[in-house]
Amino acid sequence: MADSRETLLGPLLNNNPIALQILGICSALAVTSKLETSIVMSLAVIFVLAFSNMGVSLIREHIPTNIRIIVQMTIIASLVIIVDQFLKAYAFDISKQLSVFVGLIITNCIIMGRAEAFAMKNGVGTSLLDGLGNALGYSLILLVVGVFRELFGSGTLLGFEVFSLAAEGGWYAPNGLMLLPPSAFFIIGIFIWVLRSFKVDQVEEEEH
Amino acid sequence: MPKETAGKTFLVAFLLCVVCSVLVSSAAVFLRPTQAINKALDKKKNILMAAGLKLEGADVDELFKNIEPKIVDMATGQYVEDIDPETYDQRRAAKDPAQSIAVPPEKDLGSIKRKANYASVYLVRKNEQVKKIILPVHGLGLWSTLYGFLALDARDLNTIKGLVFYEHAETPGLGGEVDNPAWKALWNGKEAFDKDGNIRIEVIKGKVDPNRDGAQYQVDGLSGATITSRGVRSMLRYWLSAEGFGAYLTRLKERGV
Repeated sequence: MADSRETLLGPLLNNNPIALQILGICSALAVTSKLETSIVMSLAVIFVLAFSNMGVSLIREHIPTNIRIIVQMTIIASLVIIVDQFLKAYAFDISKQLSVFVGLIITNCIIMGRAEAFAMKNGVGTSLLDGLGNALGYSLILLVVGVFRELFGSGTLLGFEVFSLAAEGGWYAPNGLMLLPPSAFFIIGIFIWVLRSFKVDQVEEEEH
Repeated sequence: MPKETAGKTFLVAFLLCVVCSVLVSSAAVFLRPTQAINKALDKKKNILMAAGLKLEGADVDELFKNIEPKIVDMATGQYVEDIDPETYDQRRAAKDPAQSIAVPPEKDLGSIKRKANYASVYLVRKNEQVKKIILPVHGLGLWSTLYGFLALDARDLNTIKGLVFYEHAETPGLGGEVDNPAWKALWNGKEAFDKDGNIRIEVIKGKVDPNRDGAQYQVDGLSGATITSRGVRSMLRYWLSAEGFGAYLTRLKERGV
C-alpha cells in the first residue's frame, strides 16, 4: 500500500519529472501562457501517460527487445491521435490554440521515459499508477506556470479579470515577458529553487 | 514460444498495428461529424470577425443573419444565382479540374496552383445597406496554405476593414502570430489601392512609420516570420489583382454594391 502511494504521489514533489528529471520542458514553455490551455494540456498528458504505461506494461512480456522503442512509440502515437481527434470534436477553440503541441505529446520525453524505464519492468496496476503520478507531477508544474503567466501577463485567470489592467483604467500594467515562452523558464527555475530549499536531497553535487 | 524470433517480432508488430489502427480510425470516424460542425461554426465565426462584429455573448447564427453569402463568377465578376452558397465548397472546387482552372505560374503570387471558377463572397449588411464585402483569400506561407477572409469597405472598395485567417499551420509564436489580435487590428483602415488603381498594400519589414509616404498601404511585418509575412502580402496582391477578384471589384464599382 505504501509502495503504490509512493508510486502515485512520489512524482509530484519528490521525483518530479520536470523539476528533478528536467524532462518535458518544451511543452511546459509552449502552452502555459494561459491557465486554460495548461489545464487541457495536463489532462491530455494524464490520459496519454496513464494509458501508454498501462498498454506497454500489458504486453511487456511479448515485446521483442529489438523493436521495443517502435512498439512504445506506436502505442503512444495512437493515444495522442485519439486525444487530438477528441479535442477537435469537443474543445475546438482550445485545440486550435494548442495547435501542434497536442501532436508533440508523442515526443514528450516523460512519456517515452516512463514507458521504457518503468512500464517495461512493472505490472499493469503499478504502471498505471506510475503513469498517473508522473502526469500529475507534470501537470502540477504546468498549472503553477500557467497561473503565474496568465495572472501577471494578462491580469486574468481562466479569462476572468483578477487585476484590472492599466490600459482599461485599472492599476495593473501587464508584464509582457510573462506571455513569452522564456518566462516559463524563470518560473520553473524558481519552482525548482524553492523545492530544493525544502528537499535538500534533490540538490545535485557540484561538478568540478 | 521464445520472445526473440523473427516470426514473433513480425507477429507482435502486426497485431499491434491492427489494434492501434482500429482505435485510431474509429476515433477519427466517430468524431468526424462533430468536428465538421465545429469547423463550419469556426468558419462562420471568422467571417463575423472579419466583418468586425462583436462575438462575445452573441449567438453566431443570429449574428450571421446580417451576412449574405453570394457566389461570384471569377471570370466575369457577376453573381451566380443557380448555385446554393450554403452548400458550395470553394476549396473542394479548387481541387476539381472541372470546376477550376490552373493559374499560370508567373501570375501565381499566392502559389495556389488552381483557382475555383466560382468564389464564395459575403456581404455584410446593417440596416439593409451593404457596409462591407468579405472576400476569401488563401495562399502559401512558410509551412502551409493560409486560408482567411479580407473585409473591404463597401463604399470605396479600397479601405481594408479586417483580415483574419481561419486555417493555417505556421509556426506558433512566429508565423502563427497572424492570429494575434494586435496584429490583426493593424489592418483596419489600411488602403489596398492608390488613386490610379494600382495595388499598393504590403507587409513591410519592421514597424511602419506613420509619417512616411505610403504608410496607409503598409502593415508591420511579423518578427521572425519573414516568409509568412511575404506570403500574406503576395496572396493579397494576387486576390486583389485582375487574376483574383479584379473583375468582381470592377463590376461593383461600375454597378454599385
